[in-house]
Amino acid sequence: MVDQATDNPFVLEARGVIKIFGQSRALDGVNFGLRRGEVHALLGENGAGKSTLIKILTGAYQPDGGEVLLDGAPVHFADPLNAQAHGIGTVYQEVNLLPNRSVAENLFLGRQPTRFGFVRKSVIEKQARELLSRYGLDIDVQAELGTYSVAVQQIVAIARAVELSGKVLVLDEPTASLDKLEVEKLFEVVNQLKQRGMAIVFITHFLDQVFAISDRVTILRNGRLIGTEPLSGLSRTDVVRMMLGKDITFAPAVTGIEERAAGPALVEFKECGKVGKIRPFSLKVRRGEVVGVAGLLGSGRTEMARLMFGADQCDAGEIRIGDKPVSLGSPAQAIAHGFGFCPEDRKIEGILGDLSVRENIVIALQGKLGWFKALNRDEQMEIAGKFAEDLDIRAASLDMPVKLLSGGNQQKVILARWLATDPNFLILDEPTRGIDVGAHAEIVRTINRLREEGLALLVISSELDEIVAYSSRIVVMRDREMVAELTGDNINPSVIVQAIAAQHETLSAEGASA
Amino acid sequence: MNRSLRPLAATAVIFALAYAASILQFPGMFSTRVLGNFLTDNAFLGITAVGMTFVIISGGIDLSVGAVIGFTGVLVAVLIGWFGLHPLVAFAIALVVAAAFGAAMGAAIHYLEVPPFIVTLAGMFLARGTASVITQDSIPVTHEFYSKVTSTYWLMPGGGRLSLIGALMVLVFIVGALVAHRTRFGSNVYALGGNAVSAALMGVPVARTTILIYTLSATLSGLAGIVFSLYTSAGYPLAAVGVELDAIGAVVIGGTLLTGGYGFIAGTFIGVMLQGLVQTYIIFDGTLSSWWTKIVIGGLLFVFIVLQRLVFSASSSRSKVFWKLKHE
Repeated sequence: MVDQATDNPFVLEARGVIKIFGQSRALDGVNFGLRRGEVHALLGENGAGKSTLIKILTGAYQPDGGEVLLDGAPVHFADPLNAQAHGIGTVYQEVNLLPNRSVAENLFLGRQPTRFGFVRKSVIEKQARELLSRYGLDIDVQAELGTYSVAVQQIVAIARAVELSGKVLVLDEPTASLDKLEVEKLFEVVNQLKQRGMAIVFITHFLDQVFAISDRVTILRNGRLIGTEPLSGLSRTDVVRMMLGKDITFAPAVTGIEERAAGPALVEFKECGKVGKIRPFSLKVRRGEVVGVAGLLGSGRTEMARLMFGADQCDAGEIRIGDKPVSLGSPAQAIAHGFGFCPEDRKIEGILGDLSVRENIVIALQGKLGWFKALNRDEQMEIAGKFAEDLDIRAASLDMPVKLLSGGNQQKVILARWLATDPNFLILDEPTRGIDVGAHAEIVRTINRLREEGLALLVISSELDEIVAYSSRIVVMRDREMVAELTGDNINPSVIVQAIAAQHETLSAEGASA
Repeated sequence: MNRSLRPLAATAVIFALAYAASILQFPGMFSTRVLGNFLTDNAFLGITAVGMTFVIISGGIDLSVGAVIGFTGVLVAVLIGWFGLHPLVAFAIALVVAAAFGAAMGAAIHYLEVPPFIVTLAGMFLARGTASVITQDSIPVTHEFYSKVTSTYWLMPGGGRLSLIGALMVLVFIVGALVAHRTRFGSNVYALGGNAVSAALMGVPVARTTILIYTLSATLSGLAGIVFSLYTSAGYPLAAVGVELDAIGAVVIGGTLLTGGYGFIAGTFIGVMLQGLVQTYIIFDGTLSSWWTKIVIGGLLFVFIVLQRLVFSASSSRSKVFWKLKHE
């Protein structure tokens, strides 16, 4: 690895950057320095603050504290266009180009050469071909961009960004929807740009790719800087540990739960999978147990939960409830079987912000009862009141809009919504994300209580000390595959970290020998 | 074939087939006389539809065009008849008023972030209402300039007459096509319709483009209003009621996607001609109610919306392009 000496100063730097949303600090005094000719990976779980940092560096957000420096001088980017004019280009996961226009036009929109007011199409097309050939791309530049694969669109987006900015290139999860070959081609392009002296920020949640291409890595967690290190000195386990924040020094797991839970399976998934989402997995969930799901972002955790709730359909495998095979074609069918699902992003997929706490709680029950058995207001109040008390939902009134509640209370409202339907299998995707410490402990207590009441639960979480505290078993997800099932003494954070990082070690060993 | 060309090709084929069938039944329809009448009778609709094409490609809609035609017709008639202005001066004033009206709607759409449907609906009531406040009656225009213009035509081979307003419509289509396909403004219009967020990130001046689009549409509607007043030699506040829908129909039949991003000015021309063809057929037939025009157009619209849906959803699964590396 090239030694980044001090005579290579930062091109782009963030010093003590702070960003506040509402009452929470999305970024809390983060430093970040980017050098010429390096690929700098930016890592962190959801909510760690990477996208907030990127948005500040590219002018989409203004920092509430700290400063951004370009070539050592403080700079203020009014918006992404302004940042681009200063030499900072961004390529997003969702290609931000125009699928309805030609490749050539996408490359030159806004700066087309004209003669007598008319765009010189042949000149644009010639230049577009020349430009793309430098990226090893030989395509029909007159064709609509939307007819090409995402990989080609990414290269076109990179070509445009480099052409317009030329100093710094930010790649925000560019590989998320690419296959292996396409990723390799993309990396060739990135390496080539690095040789030309571009400073490149690379955001991904695929660890293999971080190690394949990056020189240094910066890791964020909960809005704080955990560290910036040369990758040459780090192992994959180190990186996972920094991301998940475990110094592996905490209380042992609750034991003795799984012995009790050896009864018959309530629901069984046999070789269920969906092409492009998650490889076939098998899992039994019993009454009175919590199955924890661990894994990094993008490892297939949420995809698994969606399959289980019928939000997506398996294209292989079988689902059994008791002894009977069932089909889960829609969430409504899953609800009829007594399933409940608290999704990861409660603002988008969970709460109905403008409706009242009462309405949010009864809505799933009402859906289950059907149109003709409307619950009247008194019944609704009674049900909502009962669960609000049970779960200690703190709201001034049950008729206030749920969006005015704190994150922890919103989460409890969603939990109450499903508990009101008297479920027997509850899926919780990141139930403690973005809520404060006190509410956090309450949610964990509630999960334990529900387990004791005989519910079957599947809980997805990236908080390792939390997941070991309530899980009877833990399955580990990696690269859209279930790779380990941990029980007994293996339910501890260091084993989980090992399991998440393990395959990456072997993969890179193969890569190195290839 | 480029997928966005398919609806256009389909329109052209349908027009050719329908025209051929009409000629088989009424050989008299195959003449430059009929063609000349096509152009003259539909001039105001065609000119309006060019502006509408820009609006729809950008992902918007303009419901005010029919009302602007009515308003402009009344304004021109009043300026000439009551104030004694020369028609050319009246035309200039009418166009400026229409342009300002469109710019105001565009600004409201962009800066107030109100959907174009609502803003132009308000614009429609405003323009129609103002025209009706000025007068309830049809105001005849008797000016020698009018009689001169309406009697100006070029003789086409076969005895057909290309009137001045028919030629004007053809000119508007040609200029419109050049602007749409060969200028930066045209590219920006398509960019807005493709993805407004991406377009803004790519440096498209969204505010200016939006305002210009609605200014263009209203100005062309104003021009259509002038043409309509030449065509009828009168200004009437209730003229051209529902023309916005005929224009939208012509645009969609011409292969422009209602959700924006794809479309051709030439397609709109065929769309207008197709409506003219149906009207002419009904005149030749003599027994059909003129409302059959609406029925046929309705049916065609439906067919085209389904067709577009099929074309664009079938090809949305992206074809993979194999990598070709220069050094390989």
